[in-house]
Amino acid sequence: MAEKRTIILGVIGADVHAVGNKILEYTFSKAGFNVVNIGVLSSQKDFIEAAIETDAVAILVSSLYGHGELDCQGFRDRCIEAGLDNILLYVGGNLVIGKQNWEEVKERFLNMGFDRVYPPGTLPDEPIRDLKNDLGLPD
Amino acid sequence: MIALLFDIGSTFTKVTAVDCDEAKLLGRSAAPTTINTDVNEGLKQAVTQLEDQIGVIADRADFKLACSSAAGGLKMVAVGLVPGLTAQAAQWAALGAGAKVLQTFVFKLTKQEIDKISELDADIILLAGGTDGGNSDTILHNARMLARSLLDVPIIIAGNKAAQDEVSKILQAAGKDLRITDNVMPQLEELNIEPARETIRALFLERIIHAKGLDTMQRFVDRVVMPTPSAVMDAAQLLAQGDGKDKGWGELLVIDVGGATTDVHSMATGDPTSSGVVLKGLVEPWKKRTVEGDLGIRYSAASLFAAVGEAFLLQIGKELNPNFPIADGNLEDFILSLGRVPSEIYTTEKEIFFETIIGRAAVTAAMNRHAGRLEQIFTPHGEVFLQRGKDLSQVKKIIGTGGILVHHQSPQDILAGAIRPSGEKTLLTPLAGEFFLDKEYIMAAAGLLAKEMPKTAFNLLNRYLVAV
Ligand code: B12
Repeated sequence: MAEKRTIILGVIGADVHAVGNKILEYTFSKAGFNVVNIGVLSSQKDFIEAAIETDAVAILVSSLYGHGELDCQGFRDRCIEAGLDNILLYVGGNLVIGKQNWEEVKERFLNMGFDRVYPPGTLPDEPIRDLKNDLGLPD
Repeated sequence: MIALLFDIGSTFTKVTAVDCDEAKLLGRSAAPTTINTDVNEGLKQAVTQLEDQIGVIADRADFKLACSSAAGGLKMVAVGLVPGLTAQAAQWAALGAGAKVLQTFVFKLTKQEIDKISELDADIILLAGGTDGGNSDTILHNARMLARSLLDVPIIIAGNKAAQDEVSKILQAAGKDLRITDNVMPQLEELNIEPARETIRALFLERIIHAKGLDTMQRFVDRVVMPTPSAVMDAAQLLAQGDGKDKGWGELLVIDVGGATTDVHSMATGDPTSSGVVLKGLVEPWKKRTVEGDLGIRYSAASLFAAVGEAFLLQIGKELNPNFPIADGNLEDFILSLGRVPSEIYTTEKEIFFETIIGRAAVTAAMNRHAGRLEQIFTPHGEVFLQRGKDLSQVKKIIGTGGILVHHQSPQDILAGAIRPSGEKTLLTPLAGEFFLDKEYIMAAAGLLAKEMPKTAFNLLNRYLVAV
């Protein structure tokens, strides 16, 4: 078997919702990834520095409390600045406040440079499949 | 059993005679260090003076150990990847081994930085970078840069395990003297500095002592066992933890206000002491040492003045004595004069008062850098606090060591700078303190005995550190 790929997991901004984060840690680990979980209340800098030291292939950002758009601004630019040119960026949770048109929300996050954007209530199977796909790993 | 314990400092060579069975100080003396000619002359003079006081001792001593900070102490350069992660871990490993960290380098080394490293004239380079299985590009690049350089300095590799073989191959091929040890940060934010610390100490014994001409003094000293700051740290650890039989003092701080630097050692976990606080970033070592090269009260007085500012000094002056007149410029003149006559011991009321002010400022500034911080974050749900670094709020025992504090009339007024001002919300410095003074210079001596005779060392500390 090839070496495990490292991914960074965390909840961005002033957000303390911890349950989904723990579930993602568990399921992605079981799926064969080396998960580095930086937990709740993480800044963009925390994510990026963790990815640099651990040579991560992807960063999975959660935002549950509705301020995801603000917290995620400039994330891709900072990654590029830090030399993480090819890192995959996924984001999910309850990204915005209230009931907004999902396609529009998704578009906004894609424009910010995220590779994949997941709607509220996403179960882990889908992003795990996507990540393996994006990395060219067998299922 | 009798032990002779030497501390070969940059200016003074101190010798302490100890009765190990009774854990009693038999006597001590000091003479100027003579590292530039023959280090033995200073040792001999110190021993002769001691024997004048207490009679023949050198020939009766069962063992003679020394620590040293002469010839610049142990000087190191740390290299890591991200500033707050492996670079920080490498720096702590070096500081923890009692070294003076000349500079810490991050990310990929440039040609200019290699030149800078050559200029710095370090005794050891500690090369880290990447968690195990993590980034290897940077440490490989840095190894190649070091390999290509003319640097003839031992290199310790303490980085990404996955890159270790290749890094050592690169450096070996270039004929560098190298040692390999475990990664200082094997997993993100998980510190593992003990192996690097041990490797540094071993290298110090093997090579550095010889390079500094400290191995020519067999006559008085059986062996030089560690750098002086390392001995002080070992003593602090023993005092906090106890000797296995007797309970230690618990969490504590040791502060050394020196002429050139102010050192702070904390023996404490630093976990959050209030609820609702989330710990972020690298978990700091229980046994943490910081050295502030710009905060000293002789050679570094001018940089201290620049770092803390006049207003802060005047404020301390007012707190200490609201009636004492500090005319404009007076204090600054005094501070600038401090660097010119570094060995002066001050005697007039005004001089002592001024020295108290700047000593306290050095302690405050050094503590503020050593301790962790709280960051208040407003969330839709209310406020949360992030803690970075160690929470020392509840650490009460504060021990002052070093010549300046020992000679001062009211060392407690200087040490009081460690206490958090009321109303301060972000700094995690102690809320209250009980102050002690290392009046008999027992810490370095006890540190030398800590491993082989913990009981004696512990009892010496207990007996000779006095409350002030
Ligand atoms: C429990 C809870 C809390 C607890 C959290 C305790 C804790 N430490 O975890 C407390 C009481 C502290 C709390 C506080 C707040 N909460 Co709340 N909370 C919830 C609640 C009820 C459940 C969250 C939960 O644990 N879900 C279970 C987990 C498993 O699901 P999940 O987090 O969604 O994660 C899954 C998926 O979303 C996905 N996923 C998540 N992230 C990512 C990332 C990627 C890349 C991928 C692929 C997938 C993915 O995978 C996870 C596993 O399947 C939700 C409502 C709800 N039913 O969801 C509200 C909810 C999230 N909270 C909400 C709000 C507004 C708040 C507060 C602002 C104020 C308030 N009303 O109390 C504060 C904010 C505090 C802060 N600073 O963060 C709103 C958010 C609204 C929005 N975004 O539009 C919600 C949706 C409730 C609501 N309908 O109003 N909350």
